[in-house]
Amino acid sequence: MKFVHFGRLITAMACAAIVALASGPAWAAVPDKGDTAFMFLSTIAVLLMTVPGLALFYGGLVRSKNMLSVLMQVFMIVCMVCIIYVTYGYSLVFTNGGGLNDFIGGFSKAFLAGIGPESVVGTFSNGVVIPEYVYICFQMMFACITPALIVGGIAERMKFSAVILFIALWVTFVYFPVAHMVWYWQGPDAVADAARAVAEATYDTKAQAEAALAAVMSDAGLLFQWGALDFAGGTVVHINAGIAGLVGALVVGARTGYGKEPMPPHSLTMTMIGAALLWFGWFGFNCGSNLEASGGAVLALVNTFLAPAAAALSWVFAEWFTKGKPSLLGLVSGVVSGLVAVTPAAGFIGPMGSIVLGLAAGIVCFVFSTAVKNKLGYDDSLDVFGIHAVGGILGAILTGVLVDPELGGTGLVDYVTKPGEAVAAAYSMSEQVAAQTWAVGLTILWTGLGSLILYKIVDLLIGLRPTVEKEREGLDLADHGERAYNY
Amino acid sequence: MKLVSAIIKPFKLEEVREALTELGFQGMTVTEVKGYGRQKGHTEIYRGAEYAVNFLPKLKIEIVAPSADVDRAIDAIVRTAATGQIGDGKIFVSAIEHVVRIRTGEMDDNAL
Repeated sequence: MKFVHFGRLITAMACAAIVALASGPAWAAVPDKGDTAFMFLSTIAVLLMTVPGLALFYGGLVRSKNMLSVLMQVFMIVCMVCIIYVTYGYSLVFTNGGGLNDFIGGFSKAFLAGIGPESVVGTFSNGVVIPEYVYICFQMMFACITPALIVGGIAERMKFSAVILFIALWVTFVYFPVAHMVWYWQGPDAVADAARAVAEATYDTKAQAEAALAAVMSDAGLLFQWGALDFAGGTVVHINAGIAGLVGALVVGARTGYGKEPMPPHSLTMTMIGAALLWFGWFGFNCGSNLEASGGAVLALVNTFLAPAAAALSWVFAEWFTKGKPSLLGLVSGVVSGLVAVTPAAGFIGPMGSIVLGLAAGIVCFVFSTAVKNKLGYDDSLDVFGIHAVGGILGAILTGVLVDPELGGTGLVDYVTKPGEAVAAAYSMSEQVAAQTWAVGLTILWTGLGSLILYKIVDLLIGLRPTVEKEREGLDLADHGERAYNY
Repeated sequence: MKLVSAIIKPFKLEEVREALTELGFQGMTVTEVKGYGRQKGHTEIYRGAEYAVNFLPKLKIEIVAPSADVDRAIDAIVRTAATGQIGDGKIFVSAIEHVVRIRTGEMDDNAL
């Protein structure tokens, strides 16, 4: 399996990924201070995006009696996942998992074993490294925000204890494997070293060197080997969380009174503040996924401006034409759907491509969050499926199209042909779209089934929902003994 | 003595207050209320979830006046609170048995 697509493997360059070269290349690269500062700021921008950004975006959309429960769930998830991540998460994502390496890493870096301030990891450029600690923190923030997104699917009706237990299980059995499958590889320097060895090999050592190169190429997650492109986490973050949110909405069930009682957002002002902070923080998320302050980062910068702007326009005009009035909630929903869609594409497509992507995302997410949801009747309270899963799927698949150099994209990268240099690789739209589609499919399957099983386990152990009386009273008082607003 | 309760559109409060003050009425109680009459409600749409909002925000003003002055108060309110659009509100007039000023213990007309 691994070698069937060998040509494509070489060209694969996934996203925020890397490889951890604890031993480092022979010529021991030193991190550039600019790259380190860039990654440091990107990392804390992703924290800002989560708390307070995502928390306020979601919090404004619920009724005031559940405001604190949403803020609390998001914030608690961040704190808890930080600890889980350094305990075993980083190791499971970014180390070799032996026989299960296609799906999950191992425990060799559990408790951050063997890592210190001098440890470095590679980026996407040959000979460029960043400190491993900043890389760990950057990846840790991704692991924090992804499960926090799920809160949107189960808001206002799931017990705090059940949310916490579910998320601890979910990051372990769903997030870490998917992140490993998409982002784990040996890095450009390992590939270049092995390719150089092949080039320099004599007749006698050729077979051995080729086997070594093949081993380096295949020491990567399954989706990476398939050649799927995911710059900053369209599959790992958005499809993953979006599907888990939908499964949650279905398994936990609709909010009591859904469809009969009005459940309008209690503060669109806060939702607007949250959306604006999400956009701001998303620059850390997307540009930081380039791992160094180079051309890819500024490409992600321009795309992270244009796609959400275009998506906001298309959502607002779609709403204006079909519902009669352009709404603020529509506008900020459009911004977020554009951000989601451009996430897998940010460093791969051109600025005009990102406008096309954004326009498409605004319309498609609008249809899913309004017409489709109402037609099917599931209570995805804050549209984590309609925006994150749908926008993520659209973005992941269109990345395969818009990466085309003829459409202004960057094309694919080949680290093997000229060892030590990243050169353009052959691109075939149909093959790339197929790889993207397979990656989307596997992610949906993994998170769909995994989440379903985990919700059922939590339901058996401690139950998912509060009593109807407590739900009516509001989770702020029922779960936390406090209320958001005392007038 | 009569109690005049008027339900009015919120943005009309200042005009009504000015007219009543000019006529010499000293004091008024204002309450934010919700309700509906012929105006019915309106529809709000949040990402495609449509809610019929049946209860509209209004203000209720209450003044107590000597019986002889009530018609002037009603005229002033009708004149200033009307927009001609549906939803301008209603005025209810009822009898008051006693009024006491808490600070001094004065009664009835003296307490107004």
